[in-house]
Amino acid sequence: MSGKNRTVADIVAVCQEMFEDLSFNYARKWKAAKPGRKVVGFLPVYSPLEMIHAAGCLPLGIFGGGDQMEVIHGDAYYQSYICRIPRSTIELGVTNRLDFVDGMIFPFVCDVIRNLSGMWKIMFPNVWTKFFDTPQNYIPSIGGTYYEQELLELKEGLEHMTGRKISDDDIRNSIKLYNENRRLVREVYAFRAKEPWKAPTSEIYLLMRAGLMMDVEEHNQMLKDYMAAAKAEDRPKRDNVRVSIYGSFCEQPPLNLIKSIEMAGCYVVDDDYSLNNRFLMVDVPSTGNPLKALSDTYIENSVETSCKYVPDGKVKGEFHVKAIKACGAEGVIYATPSFCDPALLDRPMICSKLSEAGIPYIAFKYAENSGQMQPIREQAGTFADSIKLWS
Amino acid sequence: MSKPEAVKEASMEMQKAMIARNYDAITSKHETGRKVSSTFVPGNLNELLMCFDIVNNLPEINAIQAGMRKASGGYIMEAEKSGHSEDVCTYVKADIGQMSKGNIAPNGKPYPNPDVLMLSYTGCYTFMKWFELLREEYKCPTLMLHVPYEGDGHSTKNMRDYIVKQLKEVVIPGLEQVSGVKFDIDRLRGYLKASAKAEDDLVWCLEQGKVKPSPIDAYFGGVYYIGPIFTAFRGTDDAVEYYKMLRAEVQGRIENHQGPLTPEGTYFNDQKYRLIVEGPPNWTNFREFWKMFYDEGAVVVASSYTKVGGLYDQGFRHDPENPLESLADYCLGCYTNLNLPTRVDLLAKYVEEYEADGLLINSIKSCNSFSAGQLMIMKEVERRTGRPGAFIETDLVDPRYFSAANVKNRLESYFQMIEQKRRGGGSKTVAA
Repeated sequence: MSGKNRTVADIVAVCQEMFEDLSFNYARKWKAAKPGRKVVGFLPVYSPLEMIHAAGCLPLGIFGGGDQMEVIHGDAYYQSYICRIPRSTIELGVTNRLDFVDGMIFPFVCDVIRNLSGMWKIMFPNVWTKFFDTPQNYIPSIGGTYYEQELLELKEGLEHMTGRKISDDDIRNSIKLYNENRRLVREVYAFRAKEPWKAPTSEIYLLMRAGLMMDVEEHNQMLKDYMAAAKAEDRPKRDNVRVSIYGSFCEQPPLNLIKSIEMAGCYVVDDDYSLNNRFLMVDVPSTGNPLKALSDTYIENSVETSCKYVPDGKVKGEFHVKAIKACGAEGVIYATPSFCDPALLDRPMICSKLSEAGIPYIAFKYAENSGQMQPIREQAGTFADSIKLWS
Repeated sequence: MSKPEAVKEASMEMQKAMIARNYDAITSKHETGRKVSSTFVPGNLNELLMCFDIVNNLPEINAIQAGMRKASGGYIMEAEKSGHSEDVCTYVKADIGQMSKGNIAPNGKPYPNPDVLMLSYTGCYTFMKWFELLREEYKCPTLMLHVPYEGDGHSTKNMRDYIVKQLKEVVIPGLEQVSGVKFDIDRLRGYLKASAKAEDDLVWCLEQGKVKPSPIDAYFGGVYYIGPIFTAFRGTDDAVEYYKMLRAEVQGRIENHQGPLTPEGTYFNDQKYRLIVEGPPNWTNFREFWKMFYDEGAVVVASSYTKVGGLYDQGFRHDPENPLESLADYCLGCYTNLNLPTRVDLLAKYVEEYEADGLLINSIKSCNSFSAGQLMIMKEVERRTGRPGAFIETDLVDPRYFSAANVKNRLESYFQMIEQKRRGGGSKTVAA
């Protein structure tokens, strides 16, 4: 798929096709290409994809059904006050769109996704289903030790599912590939923060979402190609304000919502969309005990997000303030899915920290199938104008 | 016209006095010099807190008290005005709203600020955020005990070791620092011994739901039965005494072929329907809600809510021989820390063992830990037992989400469905 002559439009078209394909044909073809291959789905927010890759499986990001899928069966499983992602994920399952998926990992995000792991066990008893509980204690000798053992159990589960052993070298090799992926993702994010008119978030978002559904080496090449093509492209710089978007780490907004924010006069220079590929902020050591390396990096160098406990109350929210300053954002849009406990319970704390730091913000809610964008455009447009006029 | 005072049994009066004493201990901390912790019901470490002479204050119980006194609605709206979403847990908002309204305890005195937030994070994600929010208000030390979820339907050695390590290296040193009291493991053993004794009697009482007519109501009555052991009294002599008294009362009713005492002061003997109930009750309209059941002849013979603070009926007891490990096992085994298949197994087992007519789910808007997946739970339990299920929706302490007419309608439809099933007609089990 590599090609120096690929344009931004070519690359984005491939990503968009994958993003819209709710039959997951890329993953199906990948699996069919070699006998014995297996696919492991994972939900937001963070799973150690290195482990899935080291098992010889394709990690497949499952981010619900978006705004293109009608949820018919899924609604029968949930009350009206539960967010949309679990119901559309169920819909994907019961409509056989995930019938080729051999395993599913439900990482810790909230009680809804946690309980969905058990529902999956009941509904799809032939699928290897794992609830993956990351530590909330960040002392290496306590939470780190626990997490290392959890990784070992994850490894054993994957081995049992695939019928093949995973060696330390397998994991170290995967760590190297994902380190490269994380470096390239960081480069793309830095490039967008510097010259956002050359890398609109509606494109970056697709690039990242597609990356969580494809082979990591292929995505690494794609990221390189995108950077080269985006740098070469001449795009006009507009008089937009620079904003960061937070609160959108689990259920994803419709693509139109991102486009609407941009059309309303905002350059998105940081976000927490589909966070898995930025969850670990530094390279994972690729020598020594690989499980310890993954554990240490999680404990010491992972992002602050609502599904993690912040042990020191004094620094709660500072992560966001620092990130805003680092990317030069002038304001924050705290956009959360309706009924999202983590983001909505965190919102008063994060927003009060923004106020203390003198950072303007607005907040609104969405669902993955929100269709009415006019209020979003008006709100984001007014916010952008207010920053231009008064900040 | 004010509502007539509820008729209470001796054990209820005793519990009321215990609770009043605890509130007095909390609100008099400045006079007595005792330290106060805030903590949660599931996974609470009452015996451990007692080792440090710390008084245990439970914000969930305070929210329930506010709900029963019809004060929670105002508190919730106060919190929403200050930026808390209408979508999130109303216990949290009742607690936060109460602070801005003077934070007055049921004894009329102001709650003092806690000296420590004991965040035993068991079975409910919201707990973590709740105490992060409170920490911003109180600026006091917060001790986090992370209890991993039993995703695969059982606990592991790794989970247990992780909890014990946190107890040894974070929680106990933290409590020593807050209280100035040195930890004495033998003192803990003594309290755990008392806990196990009270737990034996609690289990005996809960299991009498199998008797016909049932001498207990395991949901509405159940919240009284679990009160002491789920809150600030597990490990105390008072709790041992309370459960001895409760057991004697239940025994007396069995001997007299009596059902449980209703708040109106009559024994509920004419029991037509035996139900298992899943989910917490509504607190803002508690008596009205209960009346809808006994008016129709429905008694709850077992419930999952009476297991949120420990699954004692499945064999767990606090063990003085392995004190810290036992606390870890207790936390891991609380009901909302169990995965969905385990919850289905347990509820289906209750339907069979308690010879119930079916499973009723009271789905709580505020509580995703309980609620997410309950529709599937209902279908699965129906499928396994062949007995009909029903689903009603209310909230914990937000009066806006209690619609008496809707709830009553659904209950009546459900009882009709049970009747139909008994007559052998309408074998289809359709949810009400």
